[in-house]
Amino acid sequence: MRVTFTANGKPVEADDVWEGESLLYVLRERVGLPGSKNACEQGECGSCTVYLDGVPVCSCLVAAGQVQDREVRTVEGLGGEDGGLGLVQQAFVDAGAVQCGFCTPGLLVQTDALLEQESQPSDSDIREALSGNLCRCTGYEKIMDAVRLASARKCAGKAVAE
Amino acid sequence: MSTKSSTKPSTEPDVSGATPDARSGARTAARTIQGQKNLQDIRQASKDGIGGSPLRPDGTLKVRGEFAYSSDLWHEDMLWGMALRSPHPRANILSVDVSEALAVPGVYAVLTHEDIPGAKYYGLEIADQPALAIDRIRYHGEAIALVAADHPETARRAVKKIRVEYEVLTPIVTEEQCLDPATHGYVHEPHEYKSHAHGNICHEQRLVSGLGVTDEVRALADVVVSGTYEVGMQDQAFLGPESGLAVPAEDGGIDLYIATQWLHVDRQQIAPVLGLPEEKVRLTLAGVGGAFGGREDLSMQIHACLLAQRTDKPVKIVYARDESFFGHVHRHPARMFYEHGATRDGRLVYADARIVLDGGAYASASPAVVGNAASLGHGPYVIPNVRMHAIALYSNNPSCGAMRGFGAVQAAFGYETQMDRLAAELGMDPVELRQLNAVKQGDLMPTGQEIDAPAPVADLLQRVKDMPLPPPLDLDDLDVRQLPGALSNTSHGEGIVRGVGYSVGIKNVGFSEGFDDYSTARVRLEVIGGEPVALVHTAMAEVGQGGVTVHAQIARTELGVEQVTIHPADTGIGSAGSTSASRQTYMTGGAVKLAAEAVRHALIEKGRRRYGWTWNDITLTGGKVVSAAAGPLVSMVDLLGDDAIDLTREHHHRPTVPFDKETGQGFGHVQYTFCANRAVVDVDVELGLVKVVELTAVQDVGKALNPLSVVGQIQGGCTQALGLAVMEEIIVRDGKVRNASFTDYLIPTILDTPPIPVEILELPDPNAPYGLRGVGEAPTVSATPSIVAAIRNATGLALRRIPVRPEHLTTERPGAL
Repeated sequence: MRVTFTANGKPVEADDVWEGESLLYVLRERVGLPGSKNACEQGECGSCTVYLDGVPVCSCLVAAGQVQDREVRTVEGLGGEDGGLGLVQQAFVDAGAVQCGFCTPGLLVQTDALLEQESQPSDSDIREALSGNLCRCTGYEKIMDAVRLASARKCAGKAVAE
Repeated sequence: MSTKSSTKPSTEPDVSGATPDARSGARTAARTIQGQKNLQDIRQASKDGIGGSPLRPDGTLKVRGEFAYSSDLWHEDMLWGMALRSPHPRANILSVDVSEALAVPGVYAVLTHEDIPGAKYYGLEIADQPALAIDRIRYHGEAIALVAADHPETARRAVKKIRVEYEVLTPIVTEEQCLDPATHGYVHEPHEYKSHAHGNICHEQRLVSGLGVTDEVRALADVVVSGTYEVGMQDQAFLGPESGLAVPAEDGGIDLYIATQWLHVDRQQIAPVLGLPEEKVRLTLAGVGGAFGGREDLSMQIHACLLAQRTDKPVKIVYARDESFFGHVHRHPARMFYEHGATRDGRLVYADARIVLDGGAYASASPAVVGNAASLGHGPYVIPNVRMHAIALYSNNPSCGAMRGFGAVQAAFGYETQMDRLAAELGMDPVELRQLNAVKQGDLMPTGQEIDAPAPVADLLQRVKDMPLPPPLDLDDLDVRQLPGALSNTSHGEGIVRGVGYSVGIKNVGFSEGFDDYSTARVRLEVIGGEPVALVHTAMAEVGQGGVTVHAQIARTELGVEQVTIHPADTGIGSAGSTSASRQTYMTGGAVKLAAEAVRHALIEKGRRRYGWTWNDITLTGGKVVSAAAGPLVSMVDLLGDDAIDLTREHHHRPTVPFDKETGQGFGHVQYTFCANRAVVDVDVELGLVKVVELTAVQDVGKALNPLSVVGQIQGGCTQALGLAVMEEIIVRDGKVRNASFTDYLIPTILDTPPIPVEILELPDPNAPYGLRGVGEAPTVSATPSIVAAIRNATGLALRRIPVRPEHLTTERPGAL
């Protein structure tokens, strides 16, 4: 089948998609967006998290056909408007929250979604929001630091804007 | 055994009906492996040399999703490889019929061991593992045949159509069965043994020091404690699945893009199987999504290469998560017996220990793991009389090998539990008992090796004890998400008891027992765009630990430049050794330092020849050649001109020797590293749920080349230790793996992981580059016992097996500690 959808604001189409393919497979192997990662492909680790119509989902659990005419935003779409890093991306780099980095794309999308909902989350809020994203390297401490840093910068940015 | 296998003609396969087909998939952004940014040089500018914490040079690529992990690689006309794996742990293979699989449209090749052009066996230390099973199955999940197809689903369907006839045998899985081959048989028949092993024993190491353990020695002790302890099988559970892309080359060789820990040792094992000379097998490191020892052995490397060689097409293999659990070695499960005797005032008199490690079907790194268990298995304590027997068994359980902490982790759970029990028996504070017996610089290990660098064990314990405790649980102001059971809302504070526990551990750094451990680095200095730029080229596997960051820092420090380029790691340069054993900053960092120093000397020599400088105090700094006495002499740009200085150096650590087989004596380790921990836990004693509230670590790192990365390593190591303490175990019953998924094999989430305050000490080791000490493993060795000690403190339960499970907490009776 042919699947057409929007990825990071651009229309894309994939031909000859087999019915069993996941959105993750289509993104990674057909439309050249390998940023979303394939760690468990069972919805357990969060590494493949993308926005689907603005809601974070595990793209490994979404059948390719389900995204027809819908909007997908991946880690590749989290950058700043000027082509630089987005706020959450920069915070993860600055805080040392990226080690092997395989969990990072999923964590970035989930953190972005958290801060959209709640710009000043408590530590418990952060832990609850990110509890579906496994990281094996960092011990999560620097991820907590990164989310706090992104939150602080986001709030400071808002204050400046106001 | 009859096998029918072959390859289809290399015409386009038939594709019809619902068969998936990736070849015509619309690729809006077609990629080739040459286009991947991290397979090219990564350049970064910074002012930070060693001791600073510059950002990772690969960090920006990683947060953009542009960093190419091995599973992201793609090549025009690429095929997907997949293996058929045995559902039985022990069986004879009567026949393999691949004809139906070969007939599946889209399938290009199906291979069995009969199609292997070269050597059929490989192995890290002992070549006892067939690349594809030959006549026999020795573990659940052993690879029997390979398929190459145009889509992963095609490959999956074809794998299911391979017909294998088995004669299923009773697996040899317990210690008792392994040690009685006359009754239960052999995992490898005696004539098959590739090692010095006998029976089902893969390797053993004894150790005796002082008077050993005799009746006379026992009589010197006022107090004796003994116990049997068990450690379950832990998995590395790195997130990036085993994967890689093998590309056939025009010269008949293979280019392999791969996630591994040691490119050169992979090549050593791959080339003979392919029937190729090593120089025709070229490896380039693709992005690695964590390793922790699990990538030290080969997984899909040979399989991808065999399929690429046969089909003459690029072949990519990416394991699914269940295949990853079958496809790599795990941490050895252990059964251990410990007996310690001490005087009334708390001085250790003797220690007697037996450590039995289940090595599984193939040797992997078991011999070295046994060496570590025997030589580090008494902990960082002065013990006048010691007897130790450590063995690794061959069994029909999954193969075990390297995992962070490598043989020291299991033992630490044993000896630290013993220290707590001894303290309780003596009525002493457990930290004071440890401090009283702690090794220090100048002391002898039970191997007779003098500790010739700082060993601040007592100080580490004191510091961790003195750190402020987290505030007590406030039942009036509760956030249930912070309680055991967390989001499940199982408790509102009732039935929750808090406990505190301490531990300390010891780990060796680098390869031991006479191995000529070395690394190679090339450093090139040249002017690019009007600036001096240093290029660093090594074969070091960056697995997430941050080696690439540190190499750039070293080059900046030694050469006084800001711009550093990191060349991709490949086999185009000499070996860097493995990214394991906490050795990479020591070894490859040391090689980069040597090469950069050589470049600096060469540049200064060039200046002396040109300008006749006679000062002896010339250094490079801020892009200039500077004399401390005379000030700036010339800019590096002017001195270099159009020339490049390009030098390669090897760094070897000081020699070690193998331990004596019977006495375990010998200067076997290069360096020791120590970490102390304190754990605070809340236990729901009614439901058996544990929440680690805080896990504090104090570690001596010699010199923190990059403090941010060092702390990250310690926190990550502590979290894997937490996993082993309370949740992580591969469940193997009758040789079969029962939980090969992230649904059933649990690793700590951010909700399970507490704040991890870290304090680092920097006491330089005079034998190491910059005085540094390997960092990555010590916290994984030491932190587990502190968590279990804290749970004991809360519950009064003996807890002699890890991971501690809810049923242990709810059904065990309080026992004597």
